[in-house]
Amino acid sequence: MATAHPHLAVEELSRSFGPLKANDRVSLHVARGSVHAVLGENGAGKTTLMNVLYGLYRPDEGRILIDGKPVEIGSPRAALALGIGMVHQHFMLVGSLSVAENVVLGLEGAGFALDLETHRRKLAELSRSFGFDVDPSELVWRLPMGVQQRVEILKLLYRNADILILDEPTSVLTPVEVGPFLDLLRRLRDAGKTILLITHKLEEVMSIAERVTVMRAGRVVAELATAGTSPRELARLMVGRDVVFDIEHERAPIGAPRLSVEGLRVKSDRGIEAVAGVDLEVRAGEILGLAGVDGNGQAELAEAIAGLRRPEAGQVRIDGAEVTHLSVADRLHEHGLGYVPEDRQRTGLVLDNSVAANTILRSYRVEPFARHGLFLDFPRIRAHAERLVRAYDVRLRDVDQPVRYLSGGNQQKVILAREIESDAKVLVVAQPCKGLDVGAIEFVQRTLLAQRAKGVAILYISTELEHILMACDRIAVIARGRITGILTPQEATAERLGLLMAGSRTEAH
Amino acid sequence: MIDILTDPTQLADFLATSLRLSVPIIFAALGGVLSERSGVFNIGLEGMLLAGCFGAAVGAYFFGTPFAGVAVGMFFGLLGALILAYLSITLGVSQIVSGIAINMLMLGLTAFLSRIVFEGQANTMTLSGFKPIAIPLLSQIPVLGPVFFNQDLLVYVMYAMVAGGLWLMYRTRWGLNVRAVGENPRAVDTAGISVVGLRYACVLTSGAIAGLGGCYLVLSQIFLFSEHMSAGKGFIALAAVILGRWNPLGALLACLLFGVFDALQLRLQFANPEVPYQAFVILPYAVSILALVGLVGKPTPPAAVGIPYKREAK
Repeated sequence: MATAHPHLAVEELSRSFGPLKANDRVSLHVARGSVHAVLGENGAGKTTLMNVLYGLYRPDEGRILIDGKPVEIGSPRAALALGIGMVHQHFMLVGSLSVAENVVLGLEGAGFALDLETHRRKLAELSRSFGFDVDPSELVWRLPMGVQQRVEILKLLYRNADILILDEPTSVLTPVEVGPFLDLLRRLRDAGKTILLITHKLEEVMSIAERVTVMRAGRVVAELATAGTSPRELARLMVGRDVVFDIEHERAPIGAPRLSVEGLRVKSDRGIEAVAGVDLEVRAGEILGLAGVDGNGQAELAEAIAGLRRPEAGQVRIDGAEVTHLSVADRLHEHGLGYVPEDRQRTGLVLDNSVAANTILRSYRVEPFARHGLFLDFPRIRAHAERLVRAYDVRLRDVDQPVRYLSGGNQQKVILAREIESDAKVLVVAQPCKGLDVGAIEFVQRTLLAQRAKGVAILYISTELEHILMACDRIAVIARGRITGILTPQEATAERLGLLMAGSRTEAH
Repeated sequence: MIDILTDPTQLADFLATSLRLSVPIIFAALGGVLSERSGVFNIGLEGMLLAGCFGAAVGAYFFGTPFAGVAVGMFFGLLGALILAYLSITLGVSQIVSGIAINMLMLGLTAFLSRIVFEGQANTMTLSGFKPIAIPLLSQIPVLGPVFFNQDLLVYVMYAMVAGGLWLMYRTRWGLNVRAVGENPRAVDTAGISVVGLRYACVLTSGAIAGLGGCYLVLSQIFLFSEHMSAGKGFIALAAVILGRWNPLGALLACLLFGVFDALQLRLQFANPEVPYQAFVILPYAVSILALVGLVGKPTPPAAVGIPYKREAK
């Protein structure tokens, strides 16, 4: 009779944080041995729900049932005892310890002395049986993100968890790692594990999940079988309105070259030549896409153009004037170079500063924010921030809130607003949609297209081909620090792009 | 001066002095390794060492036995550590500031209390202390035998602590937890282990061990309590923790290096009375600075050391 019950069920579960209802009468039914996706925008309440299931938060109301029996989950330890394991978006691994040590950490009932050899052997066996290819003796910090993720999953399997909750698992993976990862999930499912996949990526849901629960603003808006739905319907359910995938291209005439890069050579942090002689030209009113597998010199190229990394050779020009040796600030204030960095949390923002302070990070030393170049004019700064927040539809409590507490999409809006509103004539944007949900991606793309219509020259660096194809006028492909080809969107078939990107490294590290 | 290289008796004497000068620092450094491995800077080692000195004197003075001195000394070291633990772990105050505060507090407090407790005879009394115990056979080894195996009880305790510390740190689950919590407390928390409990245990033990260093000073070397008798040994221990790469054995070797140069400078002082002695006193400190700068490459401290842990912080 137990077979009639779902493996994991959540009934009418609510959880509030102050006045905010993060989960409002949420229900969920997950069948044993299936992959079930929970889909929703950032802030829809997915992570709260998962933290309740993992015993980190107590629910205000509602029940959790495993095989039809109500359970109390008071702590992560209790969750594990019930067979529920979670892989957090940010891994809970200790870099200086070996894989085996990480797995054994916190393992119950194993005595005081540590018999690492036995664990190592059992772990190697387990790893082999699922085709994980993880060496238990290796130190974790040496492993690429994709392998670290497998270590996190091994941790759960080693504790005999049979409900695996994965929070945005593909957000840390490079595009080439995603396919093998989904295969791995299928193997786990076929071995009888129940997988709960938290994501905002529609393609993943369609390709791997049998059923999907869509959440919006703390509520479940639908629970349906993926076989009977489409990405378009899921996007509409998730955002609450129709999402336009094909954005209208409003054009301005393409003008003279604004940003030109000649013979640029740049070394990576490890001293290896990451950019090996790149020539590029971005014209006014044009978006040039830069496609390629992550780790092929994109990051170093972007930093060299922005002024954050000193090139070994070559030149960067804006409107004909050489800026190769100018500071980051001079490039913005004298030549109008705006930069949206790939790592928005570390490079783009000061997380613990207010939203208002973050909007003037690039201009706090100049009029009108600094009177006589010395004294900050706080009322003016707040007014400026409030104007940007309205214009870019940043969702927040107030501009004095630390930017840390904004969702990823809203953080990116703050950066875009700051760079664009500094009267940028040239924009370098690196991975602007990384980790964002469909609504936010649409916003970023629209914003960039609107800037193009104003005659701004944009270098759009991304590893996501569909985003590049959506917005760009020309697409350059980078592999091993060299431009291997430049195509128009019409020429840019997946095959041709793939060929140009080929020969590139497969691991990000 | 070169007689320490030619005359075995002189050499043994020189090495024994080196070891004796190292022992209190070794205890403090072992405490430092434990505390920093768990993610808490223990700048207060100096204060805890001094509290240990005072406690040792109090215990031995009132109960007439060095064992009572050890018990009270370790307890006083632990009390100092309790302040650090409460301030830095529970309240999340800066660990550096808390540590400095403990050093200054102990400096004043022990001086003040010693005048009350010992009523002016602090500098004249002779406390009961530990006597050397020769270990059969081992102490017969030429030169090294008497140096390492004709020592008092606390030195043997120190050997056991280094060995036990290595075992505890690298061969037990508790040690694994400690190494993990200093690197990534969130990982430890989600694994169902109490970060606060683990750090309290490490910091309190650290204080008790540093206090033991103070016990050695009083009960094995000087047999009285004098103000500020720790004289910077806790700070040298801090350097030894780094030099020893946060490893008990490494810390031991770093302290011995310091002890050797301290013994050397003492000999240089006696051999060269015409030179102002301050010129020689510099030597061990200069060597530890040079060793920190040059000898051993870039040290990588535990990643989370110095950062208070809060569960809600994203």
